[in-house]
Amino acid sequence: MKLFECAHSRTGDKGDISNISVIAYDPKDFDHLARHVTAEKVRAHFDGIVKGDVVRYEIPSIGALNFVMQSALGGGVTRSLALDPHGKCLASALLAMEIPDRAV
Amino acid sequence: MKTIRIGSGAGYSGDRIEPAVEVAEKGSIDYLVFECLAERTIAIAQNAKLKNPEAGYDPLLEARMRAVLPACRKNGVKIITNMGAANPLSAARKTVQIAAELGIGTLKVAVVSGDDVLQVLLDKNIKITETGAPATTMSNILVSANAYLGAEPMVKALAEGADVVITGRVADPSLFLAPQIHEFGWAFDDWDKLGKGTAVGHLLECGGQVTGGYYAEPDLKDVPGLGRLGFPIAEVSEDGSTVITKVADAGGMVTVDTCKEQILYEVHDPAHYLTPDVTADFSQITFTQEGKDRVRVGNVTGHKRPDTLKASVGYVDGYIGEGQISYAGPGALARGNLALDVVRERLDICAVETSELKFDLIGVNAIHGDVLAPQPEPTEVRVRVTGRTATMAEAVKIGNEVETLYTNGPAGGGGATKSSKQVVAMLSALLPREDAVPAIQFIEA
Repeated sequence: MKLFECAHSRTGDKGDISNISVIAYDPKDFDHLARHVTAEKVRAHFDGIVKGDVVRYEIPSIGALNFVMQSALGGGVTRSLALDPHGKCLASALLAMEIPDRAV
Repeated sequence: MKTIRIGSGAGYSGDRIEPAVEVAEKGSIDYLVFECLAERTIAIAQNAKLKNPEAGYDPLLEARMRAVLPACRKNGVKIITNMGAANPLSAARKTVQIAAELGIGTLKVAVVSGDDVLQVLLDKNIKITETGAPATTMSNILVSANAYLGAEPMVKALAEGADVVITGRVADPSLFLAPQIHEFGWAFDDWDKLGKGTAVGHLLECGGQVTGGYYAEPDLKDVPGLGRLGFPIAEVSEDGSTVITKVADAGGMVTVDTCKEQILYEVHDPAHYLTPDVTADFSQITFTQEGKDRVRVGNVTGHKRPDTLKASVGYVDGYIGEGQISYAGPGALARGNLALDVVRERLDICAVETSELKFDLIGVNAIHGDVLAPQPEPTEVRVRVTGRTATMAEAVKIGNEVETLYTNGPAGGGGATKSSKQVVAMLSALLPREDAVPAIQFIEA
């Protein structure tokens, strides 16, 4: 399944750092997301865009993960050459990630 | 238990104005807070002030004040805003002048300043966080340095009876925390309360982003009435308990999901959300839908505030030139790629001096790179070439080399545009608290 089938997402930016939340529509899916949407997978998904480390924080009380990606915005909003210098579109790109179906 | 209602009037400098009027008129609010100062805005405002000593505040301040002051006066609503940008004193004078023109009686406007730390940064040669280089190594290109002040000077201003508080750089959530501290008499080291109040600020500071803006996804996450999206209101009680809501007949919606997205917006470690006032902890936060467009916030805590203040540092970072042109129909993608090749060759032949270049096909790879290239091929693409240069003259050449594709490039190139601009970019630095001393003055009429 695609990530967008079970989660929603929002991007924020500070300087050259982008953070993307991944939030389970159904809190019961949190463990499934936590197992399959790892920092390594997110780093690989944004290969060529994110140049730095990716760190993941977990917020189980709202069924959410938060990915903090260094050197992700072409030098930062204020100097980036990118069409989307804030990286606001990145959340939608992350939701295209393929993850295993939930165990039945 | 005492409860107050705080409304959001703007989530960024250019935001819509009618939702602020709606909140002031129909929101039964006690405070209306406008957050209008993005990272770079203050550096641009500083440049404007250098050219004209009366300028340097938010370009929409006048329109906003004219729109909301009558309702705020009628309903006893106090206004708090960072629309002062680089010149809160001028912003306050303008506000008082508008009040007089509107005939709404006496208005006490507080000016909070002291955030300008450019001289301190240079005198103490403080290190730039991102580069590790001392500030004096870039003194010839520095434009501004502004410390993020906390709630304290705004609380004092309210205690002295301000109807309107206008600041320069303060931390966004602090704009919302200040009225809570003032109304409830919270201590400046009551970290749990300050953490809760900061969560309120963080949820409201981007205006419509918690009422359904930046959220809608047709069929998956539908939002009613985006064209008349309401701005949020927080109902906060003395013990810090909070409900996020909005004006009933305004567009948009407040749900646990809109709140979940916004609480993590621009957050790194949710257990340590740093502001000048507190280290807020959102890592156990809960949201509960209590009714239509009413979400209760729970389980926010706080810890001691950081020892240092963050400052945003503006500097001139060369120039950016850009050009765009579109291709459509069968073969659009191939013609777009050919166009990019031609521009590459032209920039080379003309020896345009750039330090960085980007070649995009909008609709194909401009945003997500080649990771998510569309299948099947798009029938329209837009060529975009952008580059960084040391001078404006070089930047202009980039757009020109895209524009000349009209008559020299692939078939059917249309809608060329070009632009070039000086770049004011931002870095940051950490300062000891004593290096940014807040000052308050009052303008009355």
